[in-house]
Amino acid sequence: MTQKFRLAEGGRINRDHPVQFQFDGATLHGYEGDTLASALLANGVHLVGRSFKYHRPRGILSAGAEESNALVQLREGPRTEPNMRSTMVALFDGLKAESQNRWPSLSFDVWSVNNLFSRFLPAGFYYKTFMWPASFWMTYEKVIRNAAGLGKGPLGRDPDRYEHRNQWCDVLVAGGGPAGLMAALAAGRAGARVILVDEQSEMGGSLLSGTGEVDGKPAADWVAEIMDELRSMEEVTILPRTSVSGYYDYNFLTLLERVTDHLDDEPDGKTPRQRFWQVRAKQVVLATGAIERPLTFLNNDRPGVMLAGAVRTYVNRYAVLPGLKAVIFTNNDSAYDTALDLRRAGASATVVDVRKAPRGALVEAARAAGIDIMDGKAIVKVNGGKRVTGVLIRELSEDGKTVTGGSQSIGCDLVAMSGGWNPTVHLFSQSRGKLRFDESLAAFVPDKSFADERSAGACNGSMKLLDCLTEGLKAGLAAARDAGFNVRKAPTAPKVDEAEEGGIMPIWVVPSGKRLGQGGKHFIDFQNDVTAADVSLSHREGYVSVEHLKRYTTMGMGTDQGKTSNVNALAIMADLQGVSVPEAGITTFRPPWALTGFGAIAGRNVGEFMDPARLTAMHDWHVEHGAKFEDVGQWKRPWYYPKPGESMADAVNRETLAARSAVAMVDASTLGKIDIQGPDAAEFLNRIYTNAWLKLPLGSCRYGLMLHEDGMVFDDGVTTRLAENRFLMTTTTGGAANVLTWLEEWLQTEWPEMKVYCTSVTEQWATVSVSGPYARHVVGSLTDYDKLGPKDLPFMTMAEMDIAGIPARVYRISFTGELAFEVNVPRRQGLALWRAIWEAGQKYGITPYGTEAMHVLRAEKGFIIVGQETDGTVTPMDMGMDWIVSKKKGDFIGRRSFAREDTARDDRKQLVGLYTEDDPHHVLVEGQQLVAEVKPTPPMKMVGHVTSAYFSSNVGRSIALAVVEGGRERMGETLYAPRLEGGRPVKVTITDPVFFDKEGVRARG
Amino acid sequence: MFLIDCPYCGPRQQTEFHCHGEAHIARPKDPDAISDVEWADYLFNRSNTKGVFYERWVHNHGCRRWFNLARDTVSDRILAVYRMGEKPPRVKK
Amino acid sequence: MAKYSVFSLVRNALSYHENWQRAWRSPDPKPEYDILVIGGGGHGLATAHYLAKEHGINNVAVIEKGWLGGGNTARNTTIVRSNYLWDESAAIYEHSLKLWEGLSQDLNFNVMFSQRGVMNLAHNLHDWRELNRRVHAIRLNGVDSEILSAAQVKAEAPILNVSPDSRYPIIGASMQRRGGTARHDAVAWGYARAADQRGVDIIQNCEVTGFVINNGRVEGVETTRGPIKAKRVGVAVAGHSSVLADMAGFRMPVESNPLQALVSDPIKPVLDCVVMSSAVHVYISQSDRGEFVIGAGSDLHVSYSQRGSFEIIEGIMGALCELVPMVSRMKMMRQWGGVVDVTPDRSPIVGKTPVEGLFINCGWGTGGFKGTPGSGHAFAATLAAGEPNDMAGPFSLDRFRTGFLIDEAGAAAVAH
Repeated sequence: MTQKFRLAEGGRINRDHPVQFQFDGATLHGYEGDTLASALLANGVHLVGRSFKYHRPRGILSAGAEESNALVQLREGPRTEPNMRSTMVALFDGLKAESQNRWPSLSFDVWSVNNLFSRFLPAGFYYKTFMWPASFWMTYEKVIRNAAGLGKGPLGRDPDRYEHRNQWCDVLVAGGGPAGLMAALAAGRAGARVILVDEQSEMGGSLLSGTGEVDGKPAADWVAEIMDELRSMEEVTILPRTSVSGYYDYNFLTLLERVTDHLDDEPDGKTPRQRFWQVRAKQVVLATGAIERPLTFLNNDRPGVMLAGAVRTYVNRYAVLPGLKAVIFTNNDSAYDTALDLRRAGASATVVDVRKAPRGALVEAARAAGIDIMDGKAIVKVNGGKRVTGVLIRELSEDGKTVTGGSQSIGCDLVAMSGGWNPTVHLFSQSRGKLRFDESLAAFVPDKSFADERSAGACNGSMKLLDCLTEGLKAGLAAARDAGFNVRKAPTAPKVDEAEEGGIMPIWVVPSGKRLGQGGKHFIDFQNDVTAADVSLSHREGYVSVEHLKRYTTMGMGTDQGKTSNVNALAIMADLQGVSVPEAGITTFRPPWALTGFGAIAGRNVGEFMDPARLTAMHDWHVEHGAKFEDVGQWKRPWYYPKPGESMADAVNRETLAARSAVAMVDASTLGKIDIQGPDAAEFLNRIYTNAWLKLPLGSCRYGLMLHEDGMVFDDGVTTRLAENRFLMTTTTGGAANVLTWLEEWLQTEWPEMKVYCTSVTEQWATVSVSGPYARHVVGSLTDYDKLGPKDLPFMTMAEMDIAGIPARVYRISFTGELAFEVNVPRRQGLALWRAIWEAGQKYGITPYGTEAMHVLRAEKGFIIVGQETDGTVTPMDMGMDWIVSKKKGDFIGRRSFAREDTARDDRKQLVGLYTEDDPHHVLVEGQQLVAEVKPTPPMKMVGHVTSAYFSSNVGRSIALAVVEGGRERMGETLYAPRLEGGRPVKVTITDPVFFDKEGVRARG
Repeated sequence: MFLIDCPYCGPRQQTEFHCHGEAHIARPKDPDAISDVEWADYLFNRSNTKGVFYERWVHNHGCRRWFNLARDTVSDRILAVYRMGEKPPRVKK
Repeated sequence: MAKYSVFSLVRNALSYHENWQRAWRSPDPKPEYDILVIGGGGHGLATAHYLAKEHGINNVAVIEKGWLGGGNTARNTTIVRSNYLWDESAAIYEHSLKLWEGLSQDLNFNVMFSQRGVMNLAHNLHDWRELNRRVHAIRLNGVDSEILSAAQVKAEAPILNVSPDSRYPIIGASMQRRGGTARHDAVAWGYARAADQRGVDIIQNCEVTGFVINNGRVEGVETTRGPIKAKRVGVAVAGHSSVLADMAGFRMPVESNPLQALVSDPIKPVLDCVVMSSAVHVYISQSDRGEFVIGAGSDLHVSYSQRGSFEIIEGIMGALCELVPMVSRMKMMRQWGGVVDVTPDRSPIVGKTPVEGLFINCGWGTGGFKGTPGSGHAFAATLAAGEPNDMAGPFSLDRFRTGFLIDEAGAAAVAH
């Protein structure tokens, strides 16, 4: 078990719990508490990945969420995940990780040839080439696509489970570092409901990376005490391993909690792998810390070049020494802590400081510790390929623009760099807060808040520990107060002893002594291989707007979304333009803060829960009897009931014949049903439907068409007058919800004076429609037969009676054109009713039929289906339904639109029937277009299309409905239906759309 | 996602509501008396204001009541909530 | 200006890319232009390019309040197709597609138009009927489209779940092989560079604050960079059309709604065509960088904030994971919103306004990107002649009076 670079003591790893893992097939060891990155470093592994474009060898840059280099493919099989930041992956026993974007191996990557040709591949090179020959882009593209991408996608279905949790709180604290802990403590003590979130495995933030003391005790002990108190508070929820992924309007925040990702066991199927929180917070405290900026110097991307703060984290938190011989390259004081810690841990450390004669207390401490400080100097080049081997150092000019004198070479295996710190303003910016540029930090800091939110600590630009603690405390108190809590006993900020820091010297490109782009590369965006020369090219070519810069160079477009590169690139662009950084602008920070799993966002809304199916009371019977189902809206409806060996056509023919020759039954429960009551109900229907409703007799049914205000049909159905002031409206299955909304819209917004009340009762009823010559026999055998007679229950009326002992409403209405009874009973008795009718119908050969047969039967009668014959561009007149448009009753919705120029035309597309001429058995394709004149090749002028087409056993041939321009005047005319598969177009004759029982005597019988 | 203060139920998630576009578009009293241009204006033209906009929402997964909002369409801030039939309140961005 | 080619790339590489010229100038506005185009997005820039190239009118300026291509040009899912139902739509979108096919060469700028195919899925019989209707119509309009079975869908896009046990199983699809994707930013830049080369002034950071209208005729605009006169003015500002119309004193049948999209982290290629499912509101393709580019839906409220509601994103995720199960372990890397200008019939408005000399091109809704070349081409012809050309004609503002709508939305209605 060699962890050569593991320090003998210290760190927050659990040395009692060693862990074995694999990286690129090699078996390595670490400890519980490690991240994959810290464990790799402990084993001396620095080469971890390859970059996106040039396939340059890359190591570990950071120790946190901002990691842009060290991405790995984690796990195998259906649980594999690409692009995982090794700095955020908790180590577990048996972990398997692979490097990405290399072939055949990480160490020997064929694609690194891109690096050799990199001179020909500057930013945006692809916009300037690959244009010849014109048809070859797809060929070039294929090569480019294969070279791009990083990891590999998982295959198959995700075996894990995800959950959502919706929560509200008084104060959400994002970040569990010193500021966040104080904020949570202050708000918690005030009694507020607090959610404290941190993406690390434990709270403490930067306090876990350092060596300092808080309140006279080691910082980690202080954190433990605070955590004990927070855990004791009932209203405080503590969420480690949780990222705030998005900060949206009205203080709506989304959190991704990684519940089991850090465990070696796979989730048991009960515990969710991740939990996606949607939190509405009254107040938010942002305590998200700061991200260190890389310095931009030649070959600053070599494995072994790391952020100084990260080096410190590895040393102190993980007890790992990332190098034995370190050069610290900095423009500010904070990196001196790293130098001191490295030294203490046994490494050698040399500081190269771009500042001339820096004087902060830390600098003095370093000097006192005997650390060599080379001030006013710069690293002009990093040597080494797959690992840093040394650096070249030269004297830097006062203004930082040039280097002078000879170069000095230092051998080293680690470069710890610090270009200053950027407050992590991402969430603040997502919440629509405005940023300002702080010259003393050379960074963007929060300026004006938009949301009910406060920033505290480093993310607010306060880099000193005491300020973080104090600001966190204040922010927590203020947030609690604004959330309505009386703060009686406010905690006080703990004492800390801190060194006074000197100022920063912003330096955005470290000169190499050569022109940019020559002799090596100054990387800004490591993952996407964007260099300072690329920014310069972008400027030269006029892509100067910050968004153009980003899009042209792809800076900030990687998985890290520019966390370490944005400000550096922007500042270089500002320099080139000769303007200040804020004048150059800033890109918008968009959610999510960090990669957020789609599975987590979907939660349990997958599989059958994606959109739960609506089933009728008789569904199980249909299943038992072999029904095939059709999705209609959210409903599952029986489509047809094939008997063994039957094709769909066989089944449908049998079902349709039965309905006209004997008796058949259909489950019509899915039709929308709306109970409409109130003294103005009839008048309301009069306005909503195209026909007249005031005089509809009690117990009578009437068919109605509903239009939108543009005059186009949008729903239809039969409505029955149950009482003087009460109607039951039926709607199409798919349109029910929209119709109810439509009714309410008119009632509540336009005619509030009308006393009408609408209630959806779709789910309250089960409906069995019995059709055919023996329909009366069958239904009659379950009730008083005489009550169903033509006198007692004439066509288009309704009566209440018991059917099979079940109280029912029996409607004498027919969608098949046959004698039909539609029996409605309370839903819970639907199955009983269905069974009773089924039993009673046996001696008449009763046949259940599905939607397909229903459609054939109604088409034989020329009855339209809204959404099939109509498509939102069809008037009642187009459907030949002038008879239903009242000329006398006055205004109704949609009427005025009929008078418009286009709507009033008499050569609009009109509903007609079609017969195929050559082969009476040939069924047209629904949707097939019709032409009057066939041309050898398209385009051909289309005059209409087939809306419905079936083989009709009852008519003995195929039939079709269609809409055809001026169709009603074209009866007998021949049209042609060209076929997709080619060949001769089908000849069709325009005919009346009623194919069966034109006089309509059967339904009235 | 908005937090909408339903005048009948109190503050609720936007997911419970449905937006139905501009408010205060009255149906012409006598549609036959107006020109096609005026009818088209009623049917299709919308203020689509950038700034303070008055719009209709329905609490369709709640009380199913319709009501109006005044909202700044740039900041998305809801400036006022009022019931149907009430005059639009004067609001400032 | 130097032509872009592999040779110029090599030549410039030898001089460390220090000799590349600006892609377009950055001129101050002149006091007067023959034609002024408001809006430096794809449509406005394309209009200027075709005005100069096809109509020889180069005393033209494009003014843009922010950065070029910063509106919906930069915020879409880059899908290009012409599989529209109605003849009028087919004509303009197919014209557009044909222009796409030669665009990189025309502009001497690689817009990476990748004809990888666009597949529209059907999940139920209603979808299937409508899909057949469309494909038949598209074919008779002389545009390519074909029908695929579920098995063929699987062959085209193996990552799709075509199981019949899926909640809304895929029963088939239409496929337009000539459809695909393009690099959205490049379209704006390519048009800008090409137009600039022909003398068009492209003026960024110049916001229109008002119109100069006399006797019902437009004479110019007021801007944040001073007044600019013009004989004709074309407005191509998408989501902000109502705002400009309001300045000019007329009303528009347009609503500006937030439309969201998102991308995943990049992976090696697994999806080579564009997959669209309007039934479950999922649009997905994989970019050349390896990211899944996913279109989410549109909110129904008016907003100019370029932010939509999170529920829209959440709402598509279940369907997405059902349709493409592997994405469950993929991750959202970035999400954003645009402001789409939606008309009642979901078709654009290209043509005259009530103000003489003032023309408008808007209402492309969610179809704006694919329409860019065709739109610019038709609008340029309209601006050049002062009258809509044949292609633009049916898309007049007047259709809302006559009722001659080109209803690409209606056919989506589901009812039984």
